[in-house]
Amino acid sequence: MVSSASPASPGGSASKPVVSIQKVTHRYGSVVALDGFSLDIPTGIMVGIVGPDGVGKSTLMALVAGSKKMQEGRVTVLDGDIADARHRRAVGPRVAYMPQGLGKNLYLELSVYDNVDFMAQLFGLSPEERKVRVPELLAATGLGKFAERPAGKLSGGMKQKVGLCGALVHDPDLLILDEPTTGVDPLSRRQFWTLIDDIRAGRPGMSVIISTAYMDEAQQWDWIVAMDAGRVLATGSPAELMERTGTKDLERCFIALLPEEKRSGHKEITIPPRPPGKGELAIEAHGLTARFGTFTAVDHVTLSIERGEIFGFLGSNGCGKSTTMKMLTGLLPPSEGSAKLFGSSVEAGSMEVRKNLGYMTQAFSLYGELTVQQNLVLHARLYHLPPDQAKARIEELVERFGLGAHLDALAESLPMGLRQRLSLAVAVLHGPQILILDEPTSGVDPVARDSFWELLIDLSRNQGVTIFVTTHFMNEGMRCDRISLMNAGRVLAADAPQKLIEARNADSLETAFIAYMEDAIAEAARAEGKKDTPPAPAPAVEAPVVPPPSKAERPERAGLRLGVGRMLAYAHNETIQILRDKVRLAFAFAGSAMLMLVFGFGITTDVENIRYASLDLDQSPESRAYLEQFGAARRYFALTPPAQSADEALRRLQSDDVSVVLEIPPRFGLDFRRGAGPEVLAQVDGAMTFRGDTVAQYVQGVHNRLLQDPASGFQSASAQKYTANIEERYLYNPTFESVYSIVPSVPALLLLLIPAILMTVSIVREKELGSIINFYVTPTGRLEYLLGKQLPYVAIGMINFFILAALTLIVFRVPIKGSFLTLILCTLFYVMATTGLGMVTSTFTGSQVAAVFVTAILTITPTIQFSGLLQPVSTLQGGAGVIGSIWPATYYMHASLGAFTKGLGADLIMRDVAFLAVCVPLLLAVSVAGLKKQEK
Amino acid sequence: MNSLLNILWLGLKELRSLLSDVVMVVFVIYAFTLAIYVQATGTSSEVNNASIAFVDEDGSALSKELLNAFYPPRFKLPEIISPDAVQADMDRGRFMFVVVIPPRFEHDLRAGRNPDIQVNIDATAMQQAGIGSGYIKNIVHDRIASFLKRTEETGPKPVNVVIRKLFNPNGVSSWFKSVVAIINQITLLTVVLTGAAVIREREHGTLEHLLVMPLTSFEIAMAKVWANSLVILVATGASLLLVVDMVLEVPFAGSVVLWFVGVVLYLFFATALGIFLGTISRSMAQFALLIILVILVLMLLSGGSTPVESQPKWLQYVTYLLPSRHFVSFSQIIIYRGGGLWAVWRQFLMVSAVGVGFFVYSLALFRKSIAASK
Repeated sequence: MVSSASPASPGGSASKPVVSIQKVTHRYGSVVALDGFSLDIPTGIMVGIVGPDGVGKSTLMALVAGSKKMQEGRVTVLDGDIADARHRRAVGPRVAYMPQGLGKNLYLELSVYDNVDFMAQLFGLSPEERKVRVPELLAATGLGKFAERPAGKLSGGMKQKVGLCGALVHDPDLLILDEPTTGVDPLSRRQFWTLIDDIRAGRPGMSVIISTAYMDEAQQWDWIVAMDAGRVLATGSPAELMERTGTKDLERCFIALLPEEKRSGHKEITIPPRPPGKGELAIEAHGLTARFGTFTAVDHVTLSIERGEIFGFLGSNGCGKSTTMKMLTGLLPPSEGSAKLFGSSVEAGSMEVRKNLGYMTQAFSLYGELTVQQNLVLHARLYHLPPDQAKARIEELVERFGLGAHLDALAESLPMGLRQRLSLAVAVLHGPQILILDEPTSGVDPVARDSFWELLIDLSRNQGVTIFVTTHFMNEGMRCDRISLMNAGRVLAADAPQKLIEARNADSLETAFIAYMEDAIAEAARAEGKKDTPPAPAPAVEAPVVPPPSKAERPERAGLRLGVGRMLAYAHNETIQILRDKVRLAFAFAGSAMLMLVFGFGITTDVENIRYASLDLDQSPESRAYLEQFGAARRYFALTPPAQSADEALRRLQSDDVSVVLEIPPRFGLDFRRGAGPEVLAQVDGAMTFRGDTVAQYVQGVHNRLLQDPASGFQSASAQKYTANIEERYLYNPTFESVYSIVPSVPALLLLLIPAILMTVSIVREKELGSIINFYVTPTGRLEYLLGKQLPYVAIGMINFFILAALTLIVFRVPIKGSFLTLILCTLFYVMATTGLGMVTSTFTGSQVAAVFVTAILTITPTIQFSGLLQPVSTLQGGAGVIGSIWPATYYMHASLGAFTKGLGADLIMRDVAFLAVCVPLLLAVSVAGLKKQEK
Repeated sequence: MNSLLNILWLGLKELRSLLSDVVMVVFVIYAFTLAIYVQATGTSSEVNNASIAFVDEDGSALSKELLNAFYPPRFKLPEIISPDAVQADMDRGRFMFVVVIPPRFEHDLRAGRNPDIQVNIDATAMQQAGIGSGYIKNIVHDRIASFLKRTEETGPKPVNVVIRKLFNPNGVSSWFKSVVAIINQITLLTVVLTGAAVIREREHGTLEHLLVMPLTSFEIAMAKVWANSLVILVATGASLLLVVDMVLEVPFAGSVVLWFVGVVLYLFFATALGIFLGTISRSMAQFALLIILVILVLMLLSGGSTPVESQPKWLQYVTYLLPSRHFVSFSQIIIYRGGGLWAVWRQFLMVSAVGVGFFVYSLALFRKSIAASK
C-alpha cells in the first residue's frame, strides 16, 4: 500500500521518511482501529491524514506521538523505534503533539499564559528563556491580549491556538496535530492555517502531520493519506488523487476511493425545488436572548421559517446554536424575546406543542442500553400511539430507514451513521410537523451523511415537515433552503445560501461566512469606540514567529534540576487548579470541618438520661426506698410516670418510651423484713446491644451501691465483711466521657479520607479529561509527576489538620496534654502516606466516580473497623489484627490520642512517626510502578 | 391515565437500563449479602477478646484463682507484668485493663479488712471500657465469694436484682448490626442509583430528549422513584430472608409487612434525595464527592452507630429531621420489640414528610438543571 509517488518536498530531503509505519494493528477490545497499517511519511512537508470519524486517524496519530502503547507492528519516528522508552525520552523534545478535542490537553482553570508556560517548563526551558519565548508565541498567535484569561473561557478557535503555542514552545522538528480545526469557526480556521504556514516558512525543515474530517481543508496540503476502516485507501498529492478519480473536490474524490460495497446505494444528492409555500409560518422567533450570568450566549435572534422549509443554522462550536434550539423547543426559557411554533408559544410548554415536535439532540441521545426495537417501542408508547398503529408505523420506519437488520442490536453498538438514522426515526415516529435537529451529522462519514440527507429531503418535500437543522459543515449548509450564519450568539445574515454567496461576491459559502464575520468584528470594534480590547481575535499574525535559540546554544543543565523544575511546575499547576475549583476546595476544607463536627457531636457512647419507669406492685415504704435510689442517680436515670400494669410496661418498652422498667414484686417489704431476700426485676431494652449492656451495668451499679450504703437501709453487714474494694482507675479520661476519646481519633479518619480522595481525583481527572497526554508526551518522569501532584495535597492535608486541631481545642474543649510538635511531625508523614494511598488507587481506577467510591470504601472500612476507633487494636485477631497492625490510621490514631488525651511524650509517639515515615516511600514506589507512561 | 402509563413505561425502561449494567447489579448483590454479613459480624461493641494483664504482688492461692477467672472469648488470657511496667504498657496500648493485686491480699481479706484491688482501665476505648470494667468487677466479686465459701460462710444478700434483657436476651450484637447494615446499604445504594441515573440521563442528553416530549417532570421523576425503589426493595427482601433470617438467625418480632411499608416510605425519601443530589450536581465527579458527605451524615447520626439519646440536645432536634434516624428507630420497634403501627406512625409520618419535601423541591429544579447544563 505504500505509495511510491515521491511528493514535492520543500525541504528537499525525500530520502528518509520522518515517520515509518510498518504493519501496525491496533484493537480496542474486538474493534479493530488499525488493520495491518503501513506507511512512510516523507520529511519536511505538510501531510494530511483524511477520513471521517472512526477510521483510526486519532489512534494512528497517538501511536506516532508515542502517547499510546503499541500493540502490534513497528513505528519508526526520527530514526528510532517509538516503542522504545529510551528513544521516546530522547526524541520527546523534538516532537510536539496536539490531541483531538478542543483544548483537550489544556488546563481549563489555568490562564492562557500559564498553560503555555507550563508546557515550556515541562520541556525544560529556563525561566529566562520562558520569559522571552512564551510572550513571543502569544503575540504571534494574536493571544497576547488574552494572556490572563482562563483557558476554559476561550472560544474553540482560541483554545486551539493556545494548544498550538504549547506544542511549538520547544521548537519541535515534528508537529502532530489531530483534527485541530474540528468545530472551529471558519475565520479562526483560516487564521489557524495561515499561522501554520507562517511557522513553516520560518522553519522549512519541520514536518507537519495533520488529520482532518473536513475534506476541503486538505486541498492545500502537500501530500494526502486517505484512510478508511484502519487502512490506507490512497496516498498522493491532492491534485494527483482528484485526477486519478476524475473528481473536482476531495470529498467526492474520497467517496470515489471507497471500496465498492461502501459506495453502493450512494448517489449524488439532488434537491427538488421547494413548491411555493402558502406563507404559513411554522417557527417564529423574536429577539430571542439567553444570558448566563454576565455571558450572553444568544443575542437577539429573530427568525421566521415557513412550513416545509429546510432551514439551516451554520456556526462553530459554542456560537449559540444549541442554546437557540433549546429555547425553540421550550427546554430553556429565554431571558428575553419569544418563540412560537405554529403560532402558539413554546414557553407555556404545552403538551400540544410538544406533540408536534420531533427533536434530535447534539449527541446520540437515545438509550444505548436498549435495543433498536425497544427504543422505538418505548417512544411509541410515550407518545401514546395505539398499539396496532404503532406497530405499523415502526415497521414502516424500519423499512424506510434501513434498520431492519439491526432491530435486536443494542443502540450503543451501532455505527455512528446508523445511530443517527435511528435517532431520526424516533424523532419522526409520531409524525411531527416540525423537526429540530442539532448537529445531526457530526461524526458521520460522507456516504452515511448523504443518505441521511436524502431522508430529510424526502420529509420536507414529500411530507411537508419543517426542518430546522444546525451544522458546521459548509456543504450541508448549501443543501438548505435558507440558512442563518451565526457567530458569537448573533445571526450575521440569513438567506438562501446561493444568495449569501452572491451578496458577498464570494466563491464559496465559507468565504462568504468569513466576510460576514470580518464585517461584524469591524462593526463591533467601531461600536466599542476607544475601548482598547477588541472582543474578537485579532487578525492573523501580528508578529513574526521567532525561532528560539537552537538547542546547541542552550546551556546544558543538570538532569536533577530539570526534574525538580518539572515537579514544581506540576505542583504549581495543581495548586492553581484546585484553588479555582470551588467544589473540590469546599470538599477539602468545609467538608472535613463539617464531618469533624458530625463525628464529634454525633458519635458518643455516653449513655445518660435513661428513661425508666417503675412498676411497684408492693407500694410499701421499702419499695419506695429502693426506687428512690434510682431517682437519685440523676446523671444516668430519668424518671417517667410509673407503669400501672405489666402490660403497660411492655408497651412502653416496645415503643421506645422507656428503656428500663423496675418491677418490685408484691410482698417486697415483707420479704425484706423477714430476710427472705426478695428479687427486684429490671427489664432492660436490649434491642441496641451496646446500649442494653451499658444500661444493665448501671442498674447493677445502683443496686450494688444501695447494698453498701448504710443510709439506704438495705446494707448487709455479713455480705460486706469479706469483700475486696475494687478501685477503678480510668486512665487518660478520668470522667469517662467519649468526647475525649472520639474527637482526637476522628482526624485519623478525615486526614485519610479527604486527602486520599482529592489526590486520586486529581490524577484520574487528568486521565478522564485528557490532559494526562502532557505527561505521556513530555520528558516528565513518573516520580516528578507524582511528587508534583502530591505536594499541594500534602499542604491541604496539613492545613486541614490545623483546622481540625483548632476545632478539637475550641469547640470540643479537648486539651492537648502531650507533645503537639511531635504530633505535627507525625501528621506530616501521615498525610504524605494518605495521599500516597490515593496515588495507589489512581493507578487502577479509570473514572473519577470509580476513583471516589473505591478510595472511600478502601479507606473508611479499615479505619473504622480495624484501627482502634471502635475496638482497640489489641483485641483484634487474625486477619483483622494483621490489617490493624499495618494500617497507617492505627498509628496516627495512637499518636493523636496520645498527644491530646493520654498526654504521651515525644518518645512514645516517635514509634508511630517512624512507622508512617516508612509507609511514605513504599506507597510512592507502588504508585510509580503502577503509573503508566503511555495510554493503553 | 396517560400519565400513569408514561410513568409505567419510563420506569420499565429504567429497570432495563439498570439490569443491563452488570457492574451495578453485581455491586447491589454484594452490598446486600456479603457486605451485610461482614458488617454484622465484624467488630462488636460487646467485650470480646479484651486484652488484660495482672500485677500479682500477692502470689496467693486466691490471686491465682482470680487470674484463672479470665479467659476467652470475653478476655484474652491474662499476662503477668511487673508493677513498674503498668504505665508504659498502657501508654503503648498493649492492654485495655491491668488488674493490680496488692501484697497480702488474701490475708487481709480473710481478716475482714476489705483490701483494695486496683483496676486500671484505658478509658479511651469507650465502648468496651465501661462494660468491661463492669464484667471485671462482677467476676472478681463472684470469685472471691465462691473462694471464701469453701472456707467460711458468707450471708445471703438482703435484696437481689434480676436483670432481664428484653428483645435480645443474650445480647447478640449481630442482631442489631445486621439490620443497621441493611439500613445503611439501602440509604447508600438508593441515593447512588437514583442520582447516577439522573446524571447519566443528563450527560447523555436523554433527559433533554424526554423533556421535549409530551411528558412532565413529575412523570419522569416518579418513574425513577418506583423503578429504583423496586430494585432496592427486592434486594432488601432477599437480604432479610437470606442473610438476616437464614444465616444470622435473627428473630423478627413484629409484622414483616408493616416493616416493608416503612421501607417503601423510606425508599421514597431516598430516591427523592437521589434525584435532588443528581439535579444539583453538575457532573458525576461532583456528585460522588457530595454523596460521601451526605451519606456519612445520614449514617452516623441515625442512631445506628451510637444511641441518639447520647447526642447533645440541640443536635437531637436537628437529627429529628433525618429520615434515617426514624428508619433506625421504627426498625428497632418493629423487628426486635414487636411494636405495631400504634408505636411507629409518628416515624412513618416524618419520613414521608421529608420525602415529599425533597421530591417537590427536586421537581422545581429539574427543568432548571437542563437549562444550566450546556
